[in-house]
Amino acid sequence: MYPLFYSFCFYLFGLIAIASALAFVTRRSPVAAALWLVNVLFCLAALYVMLDAPFIAAVQVLVYAGAIMVVFLFVVMLLNLGLPGELADARGLLAKILAGLAGIVLLAKIMSSRTAVPIESLMLRPDSLATVARIQGAVAPVAQPLFTEYLIAFEVTSILLLVAAVGAVLIGRRRAAAVEGVGAG
Amino acid sequence: MLLLQSALVQSALVQAALGALPAARPTWNLALPGQLLGALGPDLLLAGGAVLLLLVAVARPESDRHQRAVGWASLGLVGLTIVAVVAYASRGALATEGPIAVDTFRWAVDIVVLIGTGCTIALSMESNPLDGILTAESHVLVLFSAAGMLLLAAARDLILVFLGIELMSVAVYILSGLDRRSERSAEAALKYFLLGAFSTGFLLYGIALVYGATGSTNLATIGEHVARYSLMYNPMLVAGVALLLIGFSFKVAAVPFHMWAPDVYEGAPTPITAFMAAAVKVAAFAAFLRIWLDAFPTVAYQWHNAIWLLAVLTMLVGNVVALRQRNLKRMLAYSSIAHAGYLLVTVVVANSLGASAFLFYLVAYTLATMGAFAVVIALGEPGERNQEIADYAGLWTVEPWLAAAMAVFMMALLGFPIAGGMGFFAKWYVIDAAIHAPHPQTVLAVILVLASVISCGYYLGVVLTMFMKPRPANAPAVRPVPTGTFLVIYLSAFTLLLFGVLPNGFVQLAHDSVPISMVGAPARAPVASAASR
Repeated sequence: MYPLFYSFCFYLFGLIAIASALAFVTRRSPVAAALWLVNVLFCLAALYVMLDAPFIAAVQVLVYAGAIMVVFLFVVMLLNLGLPGELADARGLLAKILAGLAGIVLLAKIMSSRTAVPIESLMLRPDSLATVARIQGAVAPVAQPLFTEYLIAFEVTSILLLVAAVGAVLIGRRRAAAVEGVGAG
Repeated sequence: MLLLQSALVQSALVQAALGALPAARPTWNLALPGQLLGALGPDLLLAGGAVLLLLVAVARPESDRHQRAVGWASLGLVGLTIVAVVAYASRGALATEGPIAVDTFRWAVDIVVLIGTGCTIALSMESNPLDGILTAESHVLVLFSAAGMLLLAAARDLILVFLGIELMSVAVYILSGLDRRSERSAEAALKYFLLGAFSTGFLLYGIALVYGATGSTNLATIGEHVARYSLMYNPMLVAGVALLLIGFSFKVAAVPFHMWAPDVYEGAPTPITAFMAAAVKVAAFAAFLRIWLDAFPTVAYQWHNAIWLLAVLTMLVGNVVALRQRNLKRMLAYSSIAHAGYLLVTVVVANSLGASAFLFYLVAYTLATMGAFAVVIALGEPGERNQEIADYAGLWTVEPWLAAAMAVFMMALLGFPIAGGMGFFAKWYVIDAAIHAPHPQTVLAVILVLASVISCGYYLGVVLTMFMKPRPANAPAVRPVPTGTFLVIYLSAFTLLLFGVLPNGFVQLAHDSVPISMVGAPARAPVASAASR
């Protein structure tokens, strides 16, 4: 990849991520904040792609931006926190100062470790999955154990998802039937 | 005489099928895909059949007739699976490693779970229409839940344990919210779902930490690594085991993690309550015990006090709070919490004696619970009415057989000799296992007996109400008991009494059914000890 284009992409996604993160912590409406968080997670996924980790990027989108955000929104809706202002008391001045301090400490730590030599035990070992992934691409090392060693778990997951889907339909249809019943009565 | 003879023949048959140890047992190599598939035979039969029945269930619009047809087909599938399990058990094959256990413990738990599943389907087929539930899918969901339970009984890998628990629970979350007319059913479903998801979080985090500490999710490998690298005091492992313990305590509703149970048990449709109290608890306990015996035998003594305390609290709180209940369904919910405490005693003992006492207890408990809930269903009126204990006053005068059966179930849950049938021996063997543990649990045994004495208060209270109190003039007439419910009630009562009189064959079976890690471990036969006293 061309270095100029690479740095352009890096700064583009990095800036969007930071801007979205700022928007995430400053929005008053929980739903809007959650959607800004989705934006942050997408930008991080893009950065993972640039770091030669396409699999982690895909998982980031699927798991964080997909599943976990749905759960966030589910809780927000369940507790009926959709109106702005209801969560304001959860973010007092002290909490803001502490969070700011923690952020500064983290930033300083990252800056200071930019030039540090990586710890030996954290370096990639030649037999590690990540090294294999670098040579073969990420799909094979993930897929192979998934369809050999963890085949049963994989298949059971499919049944689990089937049951969840059937249950969702059953509960959803239950509502419709109840409404019909009310209409008929 | 005829009865005695048939009982002897039956117990001999079952013993031949399950217990007889051939000189050389065939061993399975689960590293080969074909053998792994073979080892999962009954599970595949049940899950595959359930998928087919799902297609049948959705093929037609909701109606009582269709619902019954699917219910009977589901019962047939459960029967087939029981036959398959017995066939597998009679071959006596073993597998010493791999993600799936092939051992007698698994087959024994499978049979208990499948009996509970069959009873649930038979009961819900007849009681669901009364509550306006006509979905045929409900029976299929029970089957899927049972498939998860079979997996739990078999799993020797934490990933499979997790998936089994989820498959079992997700189906039951939905089932507990089936009653479309009842707000409490919706409340039960939501409460169960949220707390279930919460406890799953504990379980999953615990599994992740155990994996991080030991580098494996396979139970045998975990046990080996913990012993070899002496990870007993590794903080990551300690935290992982603690989280696993909390997760399982939630699932089996042990005090102080029991808060969800009474509301959920009361709100769910009664057959599903029976399913939760019996089968779900049995399967979760089986997985708990297997993890404890296989993966953490070296860690167990550190956690001894924690589980000891859980057992004592569960026994005492469950029984004391049950004393105050006026609603029979809620009383049975608290009584099932108390029984979780008795079962925890076998986890404290954690040896093969404990495991066989555990299995014997499961059979008695499942039959008595299913029977008691079946009586509640038979006498219940639509809309979850007529379930107060006071509504049972003078039942003896109008329905003597039903009252007698209910008395047997109450006595069995109490552990009363003769009249309680198997219940007495179940409690006897748990106490026996506690006293003869390597570190004798005498105090625990004493507390168990005390807790049972407390439980007399409410179990005998029901019996007294049925037999001694006059029938109120405005009591609703008892409907004729439908076939399935009838069979569940009287077959459970008959089996409880039969094996209560002739427990030896059954005890031998339970004694032979130990987890694979215990095969070959020396253990004293409970039969011999019972005979010598």
